[in-house]
Amino acid sequence: MSAAEGQDAVPRPAAGGAAAMVLDGIAAIGRGVIGVTRDLGAVTLFAAEAVSHLVRPPFYGRILLRHFIEIAYFSLPVVALTAVFTGMVLALQSYTGFARFNAEGAVANVVVLSITRELGPVLAGLMVAGRIGAAFAAEIGTMRVTDQIDALTTLSTNPMKYLVAPRLLAASIALPLLVVVADILGVMGGWLIGSVRLGFASQSYLSATFNFLQFADVLSGLVKAAAFGFVIALMGCWCGYHSRGGAQGVGGATTTAVVASSILILAFDYVLTELFFAR
Amino acid sequence: MSQPKIRLSGLTKSFGEKRVLDGIDLDMTAGRSMVILGGSGSGKSVTLKCMLGLLVPDAGMVEIDGRDVLKMPRREREALNDRIGMLFQNGALFDSLPVWENVCFKLLAQKRITRAAARDKAAEVLAQVGLAASVGDLSPAELSGGMQKRVGLARAIASEPEILFFDEPTTGLDPIMGAVIDGLIRDCVQRLGATAVSITHDMASARRIGDEAAMLHKGRIVWTGPAAELGHTGNAMVDQFARGEREGPIQMELRR
Repeated sequence: MSAAEGQDAVPRPAAGGAAAMVLDGIAAIGRGVIGVTRDLGAVTLFAAEAVSHLVRPPFYGRILLRHFIEIAYFSLPVVALTAVFTGMVLALQSYTGFARFNAEGAVANVVVLSITRELGPVLAGLMVAGRIGAAFAAEIGTMRVTDQIDALTTLSTNPMKYLVAPRLLAASIALPLLVVVADILGVMGGWLIGSVRLGFASQSYLSATFNFLQFADVLSGLVKAAAFGFVIALMGCWCGYHSRGGAQGVGGATTTAVVASSILILAFDYVLTELFFAR
Repeated sequence: MSQPKIRLSGLTKSFGEKRVLDGIDLDMTAGRSMVILGGSGSGKSVTLKCMLGLLVPDAGMVEIDGRDVLKMPRREREALNDRIGMLFQNGALFDSLPVWENVCFKLLAQKRITRAAARDKAAEVLAQVGLAASVGDLSPAELSGGMQKRVGLARAIASEPEILFFDEPTTGLDPIMGAVIDGLIRDCVQRLGATAVSITHDMASARRIGDEAAMLHKGRIVWTGPAAELGHTGNAMVDQFARGEREGPIQMELRR
């Protein structure tokens, strides 16, 4: 029996129309689920292999330092500006909102909690995803389509160890440091608006901020930042490493890296918030 | 008969429905230069990538010094790469590194040399391919196609490998620069006493750099013999290919 005959032997609903459409819909969902599961497994194995290289020599300290400076130092302006303006807007918005039920005094508390727990790590993560995730995907993608990754292999250098592992480590270290800066500048942005625009006494605004703040608030933000840094570098490296088809493929990989890491940052943010603060 | 340096036996590779390699059998003698000829899509690059371990064949063996490299543990395979040099078609230079770091990349990555010593070594190897030491400070993007090939060749020979692979070494170069690169390849291979394997469809280049030649067509080796005989081998396929004739047993597959 031929393959075509075999396929014809599979029972199909006699009445085409609606039943066939429903089956096609279910099949499409099934294919989607299988595809997502396969990709998730592949990304996990990719990450596991890269992490395993972090503990096995040789180590590329110079490469690690280069990526760390690229992420931490050169992302500083964009993260700083984002944090300052976010703190300013947050103070202004919470003041006008809380004024409706005479709770203006909570502005400093809301600003510091929002910045350290959520907005600092998330916004810094999204900014770095746009800058670094895209750069990693484009650089590694270009190396893939121009045979540079194959060249690494022929030069007795494991591409995962040389290209991926240092980027993962650098991003995981750099992002918490950026978030420390974002936390400070975000709170200062709120303080600036609180004291200059909203009429709070400067000293009492700062006292309210620091009296209310707990170490766990800052720590949870830093742990989130390390996770976001890992995710950003992972998606950038993964998408670049598997890009195909010349300039168009590299462009697609770059877009996918930024979109995927942005979504994963928000998803991880929820999961980590549940872990830290759910009662 | 002595054991070949490299032996391919029954090498098979398919991509989806398309069978690219259909049982390649080929021996490469130590210290000799083998040129694998074939048209576009004949499987030359796939054969080379299988030998380099960049692709895993579906079936068959790749033996180097009598050992099947496909069955080697990864660490051993990586160690084998220390004895191999490769010149890629487009150079595949690392554009984030200056030329001197590209040339000494393997030595630096394996910490076999200090950075200061690597600069001197790079200047020495660049001189062997006819480039000034000052080229070492340039970025690969600042080099012409011919210079990129020379730097790629310098990178391939810097660690003094036993086996050298060349992927279309003259493609994209003018005839004079092509002849220069061929001459450098010939000199480097002879100086190192290396076994060389080149893939090309440039007949002039094949005659210049090859001691032996093999013709690949539709995933099979259809002829092997001395490179000097190319063009008058008596094999209709090889002679048609060597002379670049439209009429003959090789018909271009045109998609309509």
